[in-house]
Amino acid sequence: MEITAQGLWTLIHGMGFGGLYLLACSGALVELYHRYSPTGEGPVSSRDESFLRAYLIVMSALAWLAVLSGTYIIYPWYRAVPPAGTSIAAAFPQLLLKSSPSTSGWHSLGMEWKEHVAWLTPISITMAAAVVLKYGHNLRSHPQLRAAVLCFTVVSFLAAGVACFFGAMLVMHAPVEGGRVIHLMDGN
Amino acid sequence: MTIEKREAKIPANTDPLTNGSGAAAILSAGIGAFLLGLLSIVADKVASLKYLFVFYQPTGPLSGVTTMAIVAWLLAWAILEMRWRKRNVNLTRISAAAFLLLGLSLLLTFPPIAELF
Repeated sequence: MEITAQGLWTLIHGMGFGGLYLLACSGALVELYHRYSPTGEGPVSSRDESFLRAYLIVMSALAWLAVLSGTYIIYPWYRAVPPAGTSIAAAFPQLLLKSSPSTSGWHSLGMEWKEHVAWLTPISITMAAAVVLKYGHNLRSHPQLRAAVLCFTVVSFLAAGVACFFGAMLVMHAPVEGGRVIHLMDGN
Repeated sequence: MTIEKREAKIPANTDPLTNGSGAAAILSAGIGAFLLGLLSIVADKVASLKYLFVFYQPTGPLSGVTTMAIVAWLLAWAILEMRWRKRNVNLTRISAAAFLLLGLSLLLTFPPIAELF
């Protein structure tokens, strides 16, 4: 069982940072919607408040790690141009996708959308984290702020969802592979 | 008498948390998101500017588009924070503007719409 270095980085980017971010989104949305509602029952404890603050900081870190690793580590491998005379398109994902009408859409729609829309995620969730850090339980008395934070968090979830969906589809049709081969274990 | 004097020295908490800082964060996020969408189209459609956005060759124009949008977002945030942090602002209008910018950014980053320009 082996994996290439580029394949491992793609895994860390997509399933590590991106996938974890998507999983974390539902928790943040429930907390913001339910516990910080102006009509919420009982006070927000300092423990819960600290938890949400830490949770959103971790989400922001995941979002930044996802877009930075995607843009500066994976994307250069994806869009690499083969040297003159090279006929092996399989090692160059963008070229491979564009070489056939049945797969070119994964690049022209999928990657073109993903590479930009994904950046809305760290912007939105960093803003949400900053507002929660500043206001904490006082968000209950600022319902418009809470509503705006919720909306931006939903958009960050949608943007991350688009990026993850197309990331998975792109890996399926033209995986980023190459670099050092890492031997994981022997098979039977 | 002593207690009264001591109490008088402690200012009452008459300055509740204003909404200015929150509004600054929300509007600047909208501005940053919109600029991301706008710059992605400019970098794609204006051939003469495309190469100016190449901050990191292996990533191409995407490096400049995202870097400039992030820098503009953080600058806008810092400026608005300085101006609004001690004030209560009209959050309805500011949120509406931020949502409009965010909605436009979603449209501008969608390739079939970007292709219209």
